[in-house]
Amino acid sequence: MQPLPIIASTYTTCLGQGLAANLQALRAGRSGLVPCAFETVRLDTWIGVVDGVDDVRLPATLAAYDCRNNRLALLGLETDGFAQRVRGAIRRYGAERVGVFMGTSTSGIFETEIAYRHRDPATGALPVSLNYGGSHNPFSVADFTRQVLGAAGMALTISTACSSSAKVFAAAARQIARGIIDAAVVGGVDSLCLTTLYGFSSLQLTSARAAKPYDATRDGISIGEGAAFALLERPDDTTAAGEAQAWLLGMGESSDAYHMSAPHPEGLGARMAMAAALASAGLTPADIGYINLHGTATPANDAAEGRAVAALFGRQQVPCSSTKGATGHTLGAAGAIEAIIAMQSIAEDWVPGSPGTDAVDPAMAIDYRCVGQDAPVRIALSNSFGFGGSNCALVLGGRAA
Amino acid sequence: MSALQASLSAWIEGVGFIAPGLPDWPTASAVLAGRQPYVEAPSVLPAPALLPPAERRRASRVIRLALALGQEAVAHARADAAALATVFAASGADGHNCHALCEQLAGEDRQISPTRFHNSVHNAAAGYWGIAVHSMAPCQVICAFDGSFGAGLLDALAQVVLEQRPVLLVSYDSEYPQPLHAKRPVPDAAGMAWLLSPRQGERSLARVTVERAAAGVSLSRLAEAELEALRVQLSSLRALPALQRLAHGQAGSTVVDYLPGYALELGLQPC
Repeated sequence: MQPLPIIASTYTTCLGQGLAANLQALRAGRSGLVPCAFETVRLDTWIGVVDGVDDVRLPATLAAYDCRNNRLALLGLETDGFAQRVRGAIRRYGAERVGVFMGTSTSGIFETEIAYRHRDPATGALPVSLNYGGSHNPFSVADFTRQVLGAAGMALTISTACSSSAKVFAAAARQIARGIIDAAVVGGVDSLCLTTLYGFSSLQLTSARAAKPYDATRDGISIGEGAAFALLERPDDTTAAGEAQAWLLGMGESSDAYHMSAPHPEGLGARMAMAAALASAGLTPADIGYINLHGTATPANDAAEGRAVAALFGRQQVPCSSTKGATGHTLGAAGAIEAIIAMQSIAEDWVPGSPGTDAVDPAMAIDYRCVGQDAPVRIALSNSFGFGGSNCALVLGGRAA
Repeated sequence: MSALQASLSAWIEGVGFIAPGLPDWPTASAVLAGRQPYVEAPSVLPAPALLPPAERRRASRVIRLALALGQEAVAHARADAAALATVFAASGADGHNCHALCEQLAGEDRQISPTRFHNSVHNAAAGYWGIAVHSMAPCQVICAFDGSFGAGLLDALAQVVLEQRPVLLVSYDSEYPQPLHAKRPVPDAAGMAWLLSPRQGERSLARVTVERAAAGVSLSRLAEAELEALRVQLSSLRALPALQRLAHGQAGSTVVDYLPGYALELGLQPC
């Protein structure tokens, strides 16, 4: 693919609001995970909560979109000057030439979950205040983002569980390559809700401790919430190229065709996605300086992904880590958050560590880093995999070539 | 590339179709062309022959719908399903499953079924498709509320043109039971599938070209009231006017709604 400049980015997680706060926490090896006390949820698990989401107020004109997920989206958009950068792109290209591509797994379903506690005793009807299109529907977050920013180009949500917001980079890149749009806001927003907390618990995939990715004693995920956004522009615009924070160099997508909620044991689909991403970037494994792993901390995910990385990268021994012990698994937001962490790794020449991981599983034949370290990183790869066997890998670089 | 060149095109190689009173593409084609009357009936959702027996019995309405649509389009084109990239475009997922989860999570016993949970993801039908046809190809699951068809079509065509590979587009949606039905009144399960190819082949049905419609152009409608009602009530069928042209073998363009202020002009050139 033709490399695309990423001219703005921001992310907000339980570690903090914005690029600097998250970088500082990751640099310090700090985890933002806490024992679960979310709403009325009574589960023995740890979660990542973003501070201040409940205090966010949507503009009155967008009241129909009010829900925890869109409050988190707005908090993210107003961080690191991101919204202003997008408005700059809209001035340069025109609103109709700027698209919005968002990933989410559960959108605003939390409001529907609460509404089900307040059904009319006589008719069973949900409260009048529940707005399905503004909250529950997966498109809500893309529609809301589009309206906040004033973008009028194509818009969509990708909802492929935990690969959602990695795949939006690929979808946006396709439309820029075809000239349908000149710039795209891509990102992911997922917020805490009962469906995912009780759901992952029902599958026995949540840990009773803070997640320990790739640890020999790992026993499940810690669910987190987060918002991440990036602005991609067409590569032939010199303003955009000059201001690039990083470049999207490659993308690879595949399906496991194996099981709805378990990865292929050898990580075959994961390996195909990584290989396709390298091929689309015209790179070889030796070019990669850091891999931000999907690394959910479930026994099966990390084993399968570790095998896939070892099989593809062999003796290259690329430094790898999962940052989900710090941020929690932010599900549909994870792909975009971790793509931006990979960008920070390149900008800082630094390999992030893995808060929560004490002793790496000896079965992993990869160079897994528990502790962060300064080291040259020219090009990084970020993995995201989801239920339904949906895999996506992105290659990011500091330069176009 | 300038905005003037920003159109996408492909060849339609196969069609799948399910709607109330229109159980498959041959029936829909005959009704759309006026060769057969429209007879109102609930949508018929066949058990997915592609799935193993146990999963076939358990398959929900939305999974039956998506798999049957894809299977019909692939069979129509005589294509190899395992090799096809896919784009699933849907406003909602399994409405009945969603209702059951919300009902249980509002009560005291919140220990939901793990199967219900993994079937709740928006990409459940796409996941079952991949497992059923053994496809490891890229798969998108796209939502743009009532504009989901348009969003899916734009992504499918971009993949066809850029990757020079055929892509199966499955546009579908299914109903919610009450009380969610009152909030999102989808009347029945319905959808259409198009197998899109970068090259004209022996079995090509038509060439389709898509671009943003000029501002203020009115949407295409169907003259027959019952068919127009399907287009309006079931957003997965928004491209019905284009399929009517295909059924008539009639070249020309139709305007299909996508987002507020953003309609798509679909040019159709039958082979």
